[in-house]
Amino acid sequence: MSPIVKKVTQLVSGIIFLYGIYIILHGHLTPGGGFAGGAILAGSFILLVLAFGSDVLRLRTKEEGSSLTESLAILAFVLMATMAMLLGTKIFFSNFLPKGHIGELISAGVIPLYNIAVGIEVAAALFTIFLALVIYKEEITK
Amino acid sequence: MDKFIPLFVILPLIAAFLIPVFGRFLKAFNKTITLLVFLTLLILSLFYLFAGSQASFVYHIGGWKPVNGVPIAICFLLDPFSGFMLIIINMMAFLSTLYSVSYMTRYTGENYYYTLFAIMVAGLNGVVITGDLFNLYVFLEVTVIASYALVAFGTEKEELEASFKYQVLGGMATALILFSIGMIYWYTKTLNIFDISAILKDSSDYKLIEFTQLMLIAGFGLKAAIMPFHGWLPDAHSSAPSPISAMLSGVVIKAAGLYVIFRLFFNMFEISYVIGIIITVIGTLSMVVGVFLAIGQWDLKRLLAYHSISQMGYVILGVGMGMLILSRNGSEALAALAITGGLFHLINHAVFKGLLFLNAGSIEYRLNTRDLKHMGGLSASMPLTYSTSLGASMAISGIPPFNGFFSKLIIIVAAIQARYYVLALLAVVVSIITLASFLKFQRYAFYNTKVEHEKKKYRDVPFVMILSMVIMALLCLGLSLLIIPDVRDNVLQPAVDVLMRKNDYFINILNM
Repeated sequence: MSPIVKKVTQLVSGIIFLYGIYIILHGHLTPGGGFAGGAILAGSFILLVLAFGSDVLRLRTKEEGSSLTESLAILAFVLMATMAMLLGTKIFFSNFLPKGHIGELISAGVIPLYNIAVGIEVAAALFTIFLALVIYKEEITK
Repeated sequence: MDKFIPLFVILPLIAAFLIPVFGRFLKAFNKTITLLVFLTLLILSLFYLFAGSQASFVYHIGGWKPVNGVPIAICFLLDPFSGFMLIIINMMAFLSTLYSVSYMTRYTGENYYYTLFAIMVAGLNGVVITGDLFNLYVFLEVTVIASYALVAFGTEKEELEASFKYQVLGGMATALILFSIGMIYWYTKTLNIFDISAILKDSSDYKLIEFTQLMLIAGFGLKAAIMPFHGWLPDAHSSAPSPISAMLSGVVIKAAGLYVIFRLFFNMFEISYVIGIIITVIGTLSMVVGVFLAIGQWDLKRLLAYHSISQMGYVILGVGMGMLILSRNGSEALAALAITGGLFHLINHAVFKGLLFLNAGSIEYRLNTRDLKHMGGLSASMPLTYSTSLGASMAISGIPPFNGFFSKLIIIVAAIQARYYVLALLAVVVSIITLASFLKFQRYAFYNTKVEHEKKKYRDVPFVMILSMVIMALLCLGLSLLIIPDVRDNVLQPAVDVLMRKNDYFINILNM
């Protein structure tokens, strides 16, 4: 890609990344949430790979990292869902944290934490799918 | 017991996502944890069966209790019918995993295999225990997407083509199911199955309900591969790895297809004569046409796959007759007999068809072929594979001491007592043709000594594969015990009662 594309991507991808984080963190207050924000996060990664080409980035190691992140995010989600069962209330998916005031960023108990786990999971999964396609194409051309 | 209900979904999910993390460092972690999880779940479901109470448990997720009798949360429901299905699912999952321990060494990427397997079982358990229509759809998708990937696990041309076909048809089924769930939600404003059935009981909009019912039959019929919708099954079942074929044929088409049809059409909708006719006709159709398609096959796993369609026809025939009898206000005892026959054949088919697919896998493991013309004379070199497959063949074609005989007998007796003489005759004829095609399997695979490679010596397969096949063969015999009235009353009868007596049954559930 031309230097213009690379430079613009460098500038923009950070902002997109921040916007994804904003969508995830405000998931319980505004439209959006873990899935939408995670897709935006993955989008910023994919934009970088598209602009800089797959040769510069050593994609094999990235793929292992992102699939590991994906598994860990799901495990974190399941752990939070079962946390209440372990703590003694014996209810699956119980909202065991204090609820706070409506409209504040830190409120709604566990739901923001679920959103964060889902966001990481979706971002890692979409990025892994993208990388799998790229690596597959590289292997075909070799 | 009710505290343990979510474990059926949680444990396989945790196992599935621990494997990619720890499976990188620890060699046998993937096998060990999946086996342990399935064994735990099998013990839990057997505990529910033998605890004796056979009560129904409702589990409100997140602790959201119903408000004024209106359920507001997703609920999990464990009743005798879903308990019965849970036993089938987890038993077959455990035995198939045991078999996979040796079998899957032929493939690379075992971590992915066990991950997908555990996700599939989590989805199946979820389909069976959920009491919420949309939740059921989500678990259904979890199951089938994992099985698309598992069918394509060999990543050869044939596997990928089969998986693609399965995906396209599965996608159509998904669209139909989602659309009809949308219609139901629009009409009743609720997604809880028992709440919906309370609303539908007083409704008068028959056109909408019948339209939705037909779409649901088409959608879940595609998942269950009953006759007009069976196109994906022979390809998918024959090209998947053998333990997966056993799971697909033994469990997935039952739990994701038939279980849901029975649950929705008995417990959610009012039983109607038209739907009873449709279900019985497609059941009979798949029973008859399936066996005629099967007998000409020379690919062993394809032959078994077509027999799955045919044997599913027996199950649908039994339950469909029960529905017909109930809708015509016939004798309740007779309807119960027909449904008992259907459910009995369901568990029997899971065991013997699973075993047959594992036998086919063993032959493929040693000979690297699925073509019956290239086998022969294996009875001497693979004695345990031979004897277990003989048992399973006799069970599927209905030879007396084995379980298949008793379930077919119940279905035929029920058909004769209900005066569906044609159906009874067809069931007998299909059973005889089944026998013929399994004689063909036995003759060409194990007896035919004319084949040139017969002098080559084959050893029998490794111990764990033998172990899981022998356990299944013993189950083929042991499940005949379900015919004894006392045992039947404790195992099958409660499940049949759930289907038959919905009115006095789920009033309790809404209030729980």
